[in-house]
Amino acid sequence: MKILVCISHVPDTTSKINFADNDTKFDTNGVQFVINPYDEFCLTRAMWFKEKQGATVTVVNVGNASTEPTLRKALAIGADDAIRVDVEATDGLAVAKELAAVVKEGAYDLVLAGRESIDYNGGMVPGMLASLTDYNFVNGCVGMEIDGTAVSLTREIDGGSEKLSTSLPLVVAGQKGLVEEKDLRIPNMRGIMMARKKPLAVVAGISAAAATSAASFEKPAAKGAVKLVAADQIDELISLLHNEAKVI
Amino acid sequence: MSVLVFADTSEGKYKKSAFEVVSYGKKVAEQLGSSMVVLSINAESPQDLYAYGAEKVITVSNDSLANFNGKAYASVINQVAQKESSNVVIIDSSIDGLYLAPMLAVKMEAGYASNAVALPSSTSPFTVKRKSFSSKAFNNTVIATDNKIVGVSKNSFGVHENPVSGTTEAFEPALSDADFGVKSVSVDRAKGKVSIADADIVVSAGRGLKGPENWGMIEELADVLGAATACSKPVSDLGWRPHSEHVGQTGKPVASNLYIAIGISGAIQHLAGINASKVKVVINTDPEAPFFKAADYGIVGDAFEVVPALIEKLKVFKQS
Ligand SMILES: Cc1cc2nc3c(=O)[nH]c(=O)nc-3n(C[C@H](O)[C@H](O)[C@H](O)COP(=O)(O)OP(=O)(O)OC[C@H]3O[C@@H](n4cnc5c(N)ncnc54)[C@H](O)[C@@H]3O)c2cc1C
Repeated sequence: MKILVCISHVPDTTSKINFADNDTKFDTNGVQFVINPYDEFCLTRAMWFKEKQGATVTVVNVGNASTEPTLRKALAIGADDAIRVDVEATDGLAVAKELAAVVKEGAYDLVLAGRESIDYNGGMVPGMLASLTDYNFVNGCVGMEIDGTAVSLTREIDGGSEKLSTSLPLVVAGQKGLVEEKDLRIPNMRGIMMARKKPLAVVAGISAAAATSAASFEKPAAKGAVKLVAADQIDELISLLHNEAKVI
Repeated sequence: MSVLVFADTSEGKYKKSAFEVVSYGKKVAEQLGSSMVVLSINAESPQDLYAYGAEKVITVSNDSLANFNGKAYASVINQVAQKESSNVVIIDSSIDGLYLAPMLAVKMEAGYASNAVALPSSTSPFTVKRKSFSSKAFNNTVIATDNKIVGVSKNSFGVHENPVSGTTEAFEPALSDADFGVKSVSVDRAKGKVSIADADIVVSAGRGLKGPENWGMIEELADVLGAATACSKPVSDLGWRPHSEHVGQTGKPVASNLYIAIGISGAIQHLAGINASKVKVVINTDPEAPFFKAADYGIVGDAFEVVPALIEKLKVFKQS
């Protein structure tokens, strides 16, 4: 089985979010970049298939050279090789089209991608990629087993879960549950050393056109200070929630 | 030209978000000077949408669509969009909305803006404000393509009544086996409980509660308020509560009107998932807990004293 894991290069979850150039660009100053947390679940699940059922695992990122340390980290976790599509990631559709070209070229059986990236939060790349390649698609996946080409999956739904069945080739958008968080892998020294020698191909990309663009960014309006209510004045809290905030 | 709104149902009944997207779509149609068409799949009473400005409701009744199916639903919406010459499609940003919209975007060759939090600020260029950076910021997104899809974030626009006398029209979509490459095997939904996504009020508790045996009072508080229960990540990691209750950056997002956080410190990853909630109340023993900076109302106090008192007072308040 050939598995492709899409890796997004995103600001660490504790990053302060600021914008530059008149609020038209994300300010990367002092920001640490990591593998998108949702993609980490996918990568770990891919490693499981590799070790338990036999598979090759390729990781791919659409982005400029600054994303290579993130791809190297994925290699250190255990992926066999990496592909960087040397195109500035602009919008979801353009990224999905670049990835679709990689998927078609490599004829992957299973493509795993995080449910969304924690920077632009579009949540659209996996579904678009599935449609562009005509692969089956399951979103928000929290469990997956593969037997031959038959796949059974569980996805999250509002207020519960749904069991699904489908077949390879397949695109799965994963999240926590696909593997448990305690099973996420941290690169060890040996992995880091080995990652240096693993192939990282840089491909030119197809220069797909974007459908959307980020014209500007803004931060939420500054919040007023918290109104503190004494612990023995619960009536006051209820009155504030009823009369002032009008939420109860 | 028209604006097509997909009003989703759950077991035949409209969700609140359906009324919200119809309210939103009506305004977008006004902005564009065009009409609005609403599509429902297997809805029991499509007439309910007239109250929100839906003059024309297209209904699809089809047993094969009884369970949500991302590809098949996208195919139906695409067919209706073609029939109605709709170049703007409005849907919700629920779990299912986020599943089908990217597939619809490829079919329609449309730019898609998910998690929109306001009406388009401009229709030329078509610009819509959406959540990004896990609600730590907003992104004013321009959709450049002729066809456009907007996914509306729950509770961001609200439900606005606008009664009209409407009509319904049945539509039979053409579906093939290829639309059902993914099959639903079974659905497991907690009955009688408010889901986090649908709840107007969410009562959430963290590690400050010390152990799973103390959740009785959290459930009781939620019961009194008609709220859903939620928790911080360590609580679900420790197995005190089900994973489905974990909210935050890596858990579920919450966009309720009221979010009550009890014994939760307010780590940045937790806040990222609940920033979109309108009013936040914090109960915490530690006056330095970061959550107080993000909250609207707060009580510095012990949850084991404050919560039982709050339950009693709320019971009295609800009766009055
Ligand atoms: C990549 C990453 C992703 C993450 N994603 C998430 C996420 O999605 N969601 C999430 O929640 N966390 C997430 N976290 C974890 C997050 O950083 C915090 O560790 C977590 O939110 C803390 O949970 P807590 O507030 O329940 O526990 P604690 O940090 O232990 O805080 C407990 C709080 O309870 C208070 N307390 C104690 N006793 C009482 C009492 N008797 N009455 C009232 N208050 C009391 C304490 O003062 C304290 O503020 C993530 C972390 C990482 C690194």
